[in-house]
Amino acid sequence: MSKIIIIDDEPLARSITKEYLQKHPDLEIMQECNDGFEGLKAIQEHRPDLIFLDIQMPKITGFEMLELLDQPPSVIFTTAFDEYAIKAFEAHAIDYLLKPFNQERFDKAIAKWKEQKVNSTEKATQDLLESASQSPSQNHRIVVKNGSKIKIIPVHDVQYLEAADDYVKIHTSEGYFLKNKTMAHFENTLDKEQFVRSHRSYIVNVQQITRIDPYEKDNHVAILRSGVKVPVSRSGYGKLKEVLGL
Amino acid sequence: MSNSPLSIKRFKIIFILCWLVMVADHVMVLHFFGLPWQTAIIDSAISNSLLLLACILVMQTLRYYLPRGTQYINIFSICLFLTIIWLLLAKLLLKLALDHFPGYSELLHQSLSIRFSISFLLLGCVTMISILWFNQLEQKEFEERKTDAEKLAKEAELFKLRQQLQPHFLFNSLNSINALIGSRPEEARKMVQQLSDFLRGTIKKEETQWVTLQEELQYLQLYLDIEKVRFGNRLTTEINIDETSFDLKLPALLLQPIVENAIKFGLYDTTGETLIQLYANKVENDLVIKVTNPFDPETSSPKQGAGFGLKSIQRRLYLLFARTDLLTTNSLPSEKEGKENIFTTVVKIPQG
Repeated sequence: MSKIIIIDDEPLARSITKEYLQKHPDLEIMQECNDGFEGLKAIQEHRPDLIFLDIQMPKITGFEMLELLDQPPSVIFTTAFDEYAIKAFEAHAIDYLLKPFNQERFDKAIAKWKEQKVNSTEKATQDLLESASQSPSQNHRIVVKNGSKIKIIPVHDVQYLEAADDYVKIHTSEGYFLKNKTMAHFENTLDKEQFVRSHRSYIVNVQQITRIDPYEKDNHVAILRSGVKVPVSRSGYGKLKEVLGL
Repeated sequence: MSNSPLSIKRFKIIFILCWLVMVADHVMVLHFFGLPWQTAIIDSAISNSLLLLACILVMQTLRYYLPRGTQYINIFSICLFLTIIWLLLAKLLLKLALDHFPGYSELLHQSLSIRFSISFLLLGCVTMISILWFNQLEQKEFEERKTDAEKLAKEAELFKLRQQLQPHFLFNSLNSINALIGSRPEEARKMVQQLSDFLRGTIKKEETQWVTLQEELQYLQLYLDIEKVRFGNRLTTEINIDETSFDLKLPALLLQPIVENAIKFGLYDTTGETLIQLYANKVENDLVIKVTNPFDPETSSPKQGAGFGLKSIQRRLYLLFARTDLLTTNSLPSEKEGKENIFTTVVKIPQG
């Protein structure tokens, strides 16, 4: 028996998935969720083998919800229309079902999942997330977990990012938040006109910089509005000058 | 190629009258200097007919070739050249016709420089007037072309803005219908009908067409009914219309996108029930429509509120009224603790 969770904000959309699932008695629906918050709780509680996930939902998108999970389950996306998403997860998703879909197409997706279940699915989902979060719609905010709460940080509130072992510290005026991502990930996904990798371990929001001072012999330091000093390496200084048009 | 000024009857008459005055004047002057009437008339007729030909030649040339910038020097040279040719020709013809009159050839010889100056002046005047005329004509054509191009661009843009019906909406509605077919076929049938009526409404209306608020509300209702099937109990709407405003006019398909934006904003920014309120009344000479939706200031960035939906409305209002102050939004924190914050969109439609 495999455990299933359906996450979609439209009741009828959930009901059609439920209806199609009747043909698969080996799959048990543990819970239906209205949005990503409910979904997150349900996933942590039930540890499902497979979830059906809509992308556009209240508060946080399906992608953002997945990012908050340490061990995301296998995912079949059910979505109406999202060309970025389709492009992004074409290579990695277990499958995606474009609404409206029929029983036959649904069964195929289930079959595909069962086939892949034999192999490891965790990596597939991780890969999927990495590519999905590169879609343009994803880079105007960052969703993080703050204890048991979920925090949505608009990128313009980010002062700078700092590498910290396996995590990245996201510094804002309210303090910092940790996200289980690499510096390269943020360097690639954030707007390059606004966020510059000033140093191997730092990415700085150029809108927060008030001035750049020389520091020791070859290096510089960027002074932010909050007064914080962010290290700038030699190559970082070149990149900053380019973005700031100096 | 532009029309010559002589193609207009009024100008033709003025031109001929001027020429006749010239002829008469010429006769009078010669007579004053002692030539008999007959000789004076023949002299005037020959000289002025030739001058008339020169004038027409200049005008016709300018029809096809209008000087630009430094080319005015060419025009000056052409005038000079034409005047010299005119003088030589006139002299030849006059000699042939009138040489036998005693004293004529002397007078002709003495008056050559005066004849030249006057003709050059006149030809110059005609040339300048023609250039002004053709320039103005060209300018007018250019303006017309520009207006046409702008009008076309505007229509195309309005069409595009109107066509941006969210595919999300369409596919999700179809998905809902698909779900209803299995469980509640009667409702599925009803929703197919509503969706068809709604889509037909977007197709058949002209962007520049004005409709009454009542018509637009009927169309809006189709949309709301579909959204309510999709979102179930989460979505409730409240419509408060002042009785006097039912017959006020607004551009077709303006109201629905505003409400759509409010619904999306409300539904995707809160997890609970979403109440959308719509008010309409007449204030001074404007139809004022107000739409409110709840939002969460913690999660919504200000950009989202004025998302694509409102931007395109703003653009449409600008194209239609050339004003940017007709669409305003504001977000108000609720007065009561723990209650939702309200985002308000206000649109003013000037009447008449």
